[in-house]
Amino acid sequence: MIRLGPAGMILAVVLVSSATGADKYVVGQKDKTFIYKGEKVELLKIKVGDTIEFKNLDPFFHNIFSLSDTKMFDLGSFPQGQFRAVTFDQRGKIDIECAIHPQMHMVVEVK
Amino acid sequence: MKTAGEDNGRKPAAQAFSADRNQQIGAARRKAYATIRTGLSVLLAIGLFAAAQQDQQDQRSAFRFPDHIPVPRENQITAARVELGKILFFDPRLSGSGNISCASCHNPALGWSDGSSLAQGDGTVPLTRSTPTIINVAFDPLLMWDGRFRNLEDQVMSPIETEAEMHNSDELLIQTLRDIPGYVRAFEKAYPGDDLTSHTVAKAVSTFERTIISRNSPFDRWVEGNDKAISASAKRGFSLFTGKAHCVACHQGFNFTDDGFHNIGLRGNTDPGRYALVPVRVLKGAFKTPTLRDVAYTAPYMHNGSYQTLEEVVDHYDRGGDDKENLDPNIKPLGLSGQEKADLVQFMKSLTGHPVMLTLPRLPQ
Repeated sequence: MIRLGPAGMILAVVLVSSATGADKYVVGQKDKTFIYKGEKVELLKIKVGDTIEFKNLDPFFHNIFSLSDTKMFDLGSFPQGQFRAVTFDQRGKIDIECAIHPQMHMVVEVK
Repeated sequence: MKTAGEDNGRKPAAQAFSADRNQQIGAARRKAYATIRTGLSVLLAIGLFAAAQQDQQDQRSAFRFPDHIPVPRENQITAARVELGKILFFDPRLSGSGNISCASCHNPALGWSDGSSLAQGDGTVPLTRSTPTIINVAFDPLLMWDGRFRNLEDQVMSPIETEAEMHNSDELLIQTLRDIPGYVRAFEKAYPGDDLTSHTVAKAVSTFERTIISRNSPFDRWVEGNDKAISASAKRGFSLFTGKAHCVACHQGFNFTDDGFHNIGLRGNTDPGRYALVPVRVLKGAFKTPTLRDVAYTAPYMHNGSYQTLEEVVDHYDRGGDDKENLDPNIKPLGLSGQEKADLVQFMKSLTGHPVMLTLPRLPQ
């Protein structure tokens, strides 16, 4: 029997994602900023159908919302270690913020 | 063959010696082991103490006061601008009635606030929120309880022009100031070549407000390494603040604020707070986290001034707030002892900085 470790499962997810053409991005919420691949991110370019997981890495609650016309959502507030995912199904530029900490702001450009 | 009686009675000398010797060795070993155990315990305790101290040291560094205050490039601080801003700040002629100055509510003798639960505006009619202190306002990325302004220059004219507050208008204010030769000279000195407009008024007042800084508190001296700067109780309070009481969920960094917005579960609050500006559910009843600098001097507390003392504030958080509807999830009952509550208050009192020294201006004529 082939056992999939965590790395294998991640690989499997990536493969599944690749197979469907949609990608998954993980954006961290750390020190009240958005980070992607360890760096502060202000603009993330993705394509229609991609999903972003927003993961709270701070020891207090964060929120994720957007009031942009293209994609309006409020993913509520969630504690350290948890994440909320959102799939972007339309082209456009979307402002994403944490309602609790307004200095946390990033733009997702969906192409 | 020995009988039981012999063993119970007299022991042969050699045997007795051997037994005594064994007992002595055993006792010595036990003593040595005990000493080692005690030593290890002491070492462990020292280690834990050192680790705790190191931990507290690390925690402290997150609260180190910055060397510089943020100043917009287009409104640098100069002595002439600070002086002009100060004069404007204390001048009741900025109000429609001629009776209210900025300092009427932001009174330096009352922690740059007013000592009242609710601010009083034009005609001494109470407003719906308390006067926030302007201490360390230079560091605030958003102004007002609901964060409606992004910088001081945009904020300053708001209370001047609001009917319920200073009840003046842009036109009347500028006409009043232009008719006072002393002001015309002071504006020319502070902003040479710029017209005397509400924009320059706002720039001057903002510049003065940026000099209202609370620092060099006993806490700051402790952060800088002076272990005797604050009491043992305040040190325990700091550990609670950053630990069990979880105050740092919101009151973070040197200015003790996350510059964020939280519904803290005040009983009977119907004010929507930031929700009126940003209609996201978590913001219903949420207000900006205030600084705790000089907090011993800025009572009453909370956006509606509902608590008169720091003890009442600590009790509020110990209960985990009162109104649970849309309560910030960081807030939970804390189970603090009486001593722990007292320690938190002592810690907050260690945040009192050196008072800003200023000479009250003579208003221009």
